[in-house]
Amino acid sequence: MMADKKYKKVAYYPGCALESSGHAYNASTKAVGKELGLELVELDNWNCCGAMEVKNIDPKIQTYLSARNLSIAEDMGFDTVMAPCNGCYHNLKKAEYDLSHDDKSVEVNARLSGKAGHNTYEPGKVETIHALDWLKEAVGEEEIARRVKNSLKGMKIANYYGCMYTRPRHIFPEKDKGPGTESTAKPHFMDDILAAAGAENVEFPLKTACCGGAHALSDSDTSTKLVLNILTTAEACGAEVIATECPTCHTGLEMHQIRAEKVLGRKTNVKILYFTQLLGMALGLSANKVAVQENFSDSRKFLKEKGLG
Amino acid sequence: MTQGQRRSIDEVTDRTDQIIGATTDALAASAPALADELLAMGEDVLVAWLEAKGQVPTAELSEGFRLLAMHRQAARGNPTFNACRETCREVVFHHNLIRLAPQDAQTPRHIRLGAMVVRHLALFVGGKLQADGLGDFCCSSRPIRQGEATDLKTEAI
Repeated sequence: MMADKKYKKVAYYPGCALESSGHAYNASTKAVGKELGLELVELDNWNCCGAMEVKNIDPKIQTYLSARNLSIAEDMGFDTVMAPCNGCYHNLKKAEYDLSHDDKSVEVNARLSGKAGHNTYEPGKVETIHALDWLKEAVGEEEIARRVKNSLKGMKIANYYGCMYTRPRHIFPEKDKGPGTESTAKPHFMDDILAAAGAENVEFPLKTACCGGAHALSDSDTSTKLVLNILTTAEACGAEVIATECPTCHTGLEMHQIRAEKVLGRKTNVKILYFTQLLGMALGLSANKVAVQENFSDSRKFLKEKGLG
Repeated sequence: MTQGQRRSIDEVTDRTDQIIGATTDALAASAPALADELLAMGEDVLVAWLEAKGQVPTAELSEGFRLLAMHRQAARGNPTFNACRETCREVVFHHNLIRLAPQDAQTPRHIRLGAMVVRHLALFVGGKLQADGLGDFCCSSRPIRQGEATDLKTEAI
């Protein structure tokens, strides 16, 4: 029952992407949480997690930047912070791991925290979870199925997790613990949630494959080819929709779908939607409420045909 | 498991395109050979990567497969290569799936999907090789200027 579930009220770390290109993910995550009676309290004065850019220059500074967000959560009285973006989720988990295993990271974090004038985060105080963990644990499939108003029945979905949700495995000690836990080899939490909403998940062999996100701008052709292969494989698997749970992957899939048609003359029809948008519409929220109009790819006609939005 | 002539990464993508576009009857008629060919092409891709990095590709097996052993070899000291760990495992999975039931009605579909997975591995590794000068092709890459990292910059702050 809902009363027994954890994560009903958690600190929320949207991260930079969800305030810009991934705003639709932000809006739909908040809307789904509200609809399901979950409380998200945004971190005060949060900062960038260090993303790819800082980490590529100095990983210890990235660890500090992520640790600062965890210290804010602790100061606000939370023991759990939810990060919907794979990059943020990965970086906060990595900071937690590094601060538990690397003395140099501990030293740099303490030094920079002192200079910045805030509490030094100590590992073990705050748990970082993904939006998938949040919905799976705080609500669960049974309750989601009970709350569905517009079933996704008949919608064939390829669930795409990207490569950072499960990698590297050592920073996710809670995964691969057997039944009920997430798998790093074949993640299934998004599959479980959308199946509870009525979707028909297809077998998709590239669910954790690289989308080329890191080189979306510096080497666009490689990214376009990788994305095109993901899109065509999803279609070959029978998918009408690719569900995403990462703003970088989502934006990359959408933009390179357009670029593949323009540059390579390869048109694909598979729709790209955040899993929170699909879940929100299944729960009875309008397409506008879950910000479908903010997506680059236009799936509104498709959604209307499916009786959603 | 490697058989026949070794293919370049471009030749692998060309060949996977041919397999994906082949008729269902053609795929069904030579399913076991295609299963082995897909696995061999996956190995060719990793051989290309390891040789480009100045390493001798291992002949050992991991879980019964040289492809997985070579992936472990390539990822040692280079964790970004784990971005294609599951892709390599999917290549093996599809090989086994096809080999296990070559007469199954779904086998041509599995061959096409296996070819798409091999193509992804080739595109990923090919991209990494092309982008070498730009730094690691990865969202979780190591510092571009490894030797400069941490002390000087954190001290400066």
